[in-house]
Amino acid sequence: MTILDVKNLKKYFPIHKGLLRKLVGHVKAVDDVSFSVARGETLALVGESGCGKTTASRCIMRALQPSSGEINITIDGKTTDLAPLQKAELKPFRRHMQMVFQDPFSSLNPRMMVGDLIAEPLLINGMDNESERRARVRELLDLVSLPTAYMNRFPHAFSGGQRQRIGIARALALNPSLIVADEPVSALDVSVQAQIINLLLDLQDRLGLSYLFVAHDLSVVKHVSDRVAVMYLGQLVEIAPTEALFVTPRHPYTEALLSAVPKPDPRARQERIILSREVADAANPPSGCAFHPRCSFATDQCKSERPHLQDLGQGHQVRCHHARTLALQGVGPSV
Amino acid sequence: MSTDQTSREEQFAVATQWQLTWWRFRKHKLAVLSGLIVIAFYIIVLFADFFAYADPHATDSRRSHIPPQTIHFFDDGAFKPYVHGLTQKRDLRTFKLSYQIDPDRKVYLDVFAEGYRYNLFGLIPSSTHLLGLKNAQPEDGIFLLGTDLVGRDLWSRIMVATRISLTIGLAGVTVSLFLGVLLGGLSAVYGGVVDMMIQRLIEILRSMPTIPLWMGLAAALPNTWTVIQVYLAITIIISFLGWTDLARVVRGKFLALRNEDFIAAAELAGASQFRIIFHHMLPSFLSHIIAATSLALPAMIISETSLSFLGLGLRPPAISWGILLQDAQNIETLALAPWLLAAAVPVIIIILAFNFLGDGLRDAADPYG
Ligand SMILES: Nc1ncnc2c1ncn2[C@@H]1O[C@H](COP(=O)(O)OP(=O)(O)O)[C@@H](O)[C@H]1O
Ligand SMILES: [Mg+2]
Repeated sequence: MTILDVKNLKKYFPIHKGLLRKLVGHVKAVDDVSFSVARGETLALVGESGCGKTTASRCIMRALQPSSGEINITIDGKTTDLAPLQKAELKPFRRHMQMVFQDPFSSLNPRMMVGDLIAEPLLINGMDNESERRARVRELLDLVSLPTAYMNRFPHAFSGGQRQRIGIARALALNPSLIVADEPVSALDVSVQAQIINLLLDLQDRLGLSYLFVAHDLSVVKHVSDRVAVMYLGQLVEIAPTEALFVTPRHPYTEALLSAVPKPDPRARQERIILSREVADAANPPSGCAFHPRCSFATDQCKSERPHLQDLGQGHQVRCHHARTLALQGVGPSV
Repeated sequence: MSTDQTSREEQFAVATQWQLTWWRFRKHKLAVLSGLIVIAFYIIVLFADFFAYADPHATDSRRSHIPPQTIHFFDDGAFKPYVHGLTQKRDLRTFKLSYQIDPDRKVYLDVFAEGYRYNLFGLIPSSTHLLGLKNAQPEDGIFLLGTDLVGRDLWSRIMVATRISLTIGLAGVTVSLFLGVLLGGLSAVYGGVVDMMIQRLIEILRSMPTIPLWMGLAAALPNTWTVIQVYLAITIIISFLGWTDLARVVRGKFLALRNEDFIAAAELAGASQFRIIFHHMLPSFLSHIIAATSLALPAMIISETSLSFLGLGLRPPAISWGILLQDAQNIETLALAPWLLAAAVPVIIIILAFNFLGDGLRDAADPYG
């Protein structure tokens, strides 16, 4: 049963220039993206910085107005498309889907006490009784393994990892079923990343949450996700179950991302594929396949003809003209 | 870890924005001192007549250009402050009557003494003054900073001038603040064409040379206007340019905040636009507005002083710093009565104090940065 079904999502940012703010083009930050998340599932959305992951997440959360497409969310068996809804109409849906932000230093209002931060969603959504709110805040702090005595402290007293726990507690306040986590650990020290990941996994088990988990590299998502969607320049280039994607990647870009994942077995260590050139400009994408200027397998067809997302069976889809012929290297069976 | 350190950490953990700001501000010693000076000046503003001891408007040609008199604190080894009395003499060359210091006569000082009548805060009738004389002859007086050509006491006039010069600055900054927050806010909230028009307006206003602009505006004030009318008009003229800085601060902060994740987080929690602006955004830039305001004030004070000095602002019988300095304008008076320049001292002190205070506040304004 799906909880989130995104269809043909697009978000174009207009580019204005000059004194008269003439429209000179668009940044196609998200360009025709479709995927779905099943109840209790974790879908990872992976891609380099600037490929449109945050924009996609914010459109889904409706912090941004998508240019077109559908964002279908299923609650209690009833499916609603959030894309055309106005601000006021969105409010009843907000409690069912919440976001965990990338930067735990800017996502908590520094002027509010931890207790008030976590209680804010409760207050806004009609829990008027103060002691009821405090009881719920205690429960939530407990859930994310923070001492309840921290309620009266301000965010500046906490480390990045603790702040992220506070952010998670706040996101969970209204008992959502879907959590969109935008690179929830990439701003944290490596030593605390694992703790936060484990917390998220533990919460998923206990509360039956569904996650859209955004990350900029594949090493983090390996232990977290059921399926992985790889994004390049606003488009999905490959989507597959985690195991299949890691063992048999079908897109050269996925292969390059995989080569950066640390291997457990030193003998199996392969050359890291260094992608030549910068990621292309989303305002001015290359012709044909958007990845072709950086791809070592590119042919003339890739330069002129735009590839479609093709289905390879078993939930494996890829956007590459040569997907069926290339022999790409994965990371071997996971241990 | 010692218990002392733990409790300090505990204190830090529960400190509000204002506490953190205060802790940071406190480290800036010069700013704290400047803050105290500013407070002292505004106490004078509130109780100007109380700190004066002679009617600032009362003229007496016999008292013309009396030099500053020191207060003698000890009499026969005991603490009994006194000044010397005056005697009337006729100048044998000009045949003019004038008062001269009589070194043989001592007149003792009194605190909370009775003096000229005034209305405290413009409402409560009173005649109590900080200083006065005991058993004085009618001609006796205190002359801390001497007198001017027509025999008015400079100290008392400076006290009353402080009231006008500093309130006009405050009023100017209030109008600026209103315009700045309104136009800066509109610019940020609406963006697009509105933003562009407001920004161009700011650029045009800022590129104009201020003195000719003020002169033009001030010259347009009719001669028949009362002191109050002129006061209000001058306030508006000086705030006309002052709002641009504040508008920029407000717009910049607003735009920066709108992209903060915690604003997005509030929106996703279902917060209304009202709650986002007044609960999340306003407290975040209030401290910046306060700092910008204290930096804008000295410019306002200088504006009034220069306009009045040039004879384009307030006009006698109003008393302001600029008007007092007008008396010290010509070289002849300066040669005869150099003490009249003392009117420049409070201007310099308050301008420096506001600048240091504003700097300290600006540095402390964002305790999370
Ligand atoms: N508000 C905006 N206005 C214009 N362009 C934007 C805006 N937000 C993001 N972009 C552009 O959209 C692209 C995708 O950005 P983003 O979604 O933040 O990527 P990611 O999260 O994957 O790093 C980038 O090229 C970025 O410059
Ligand atoms: Mg991002």
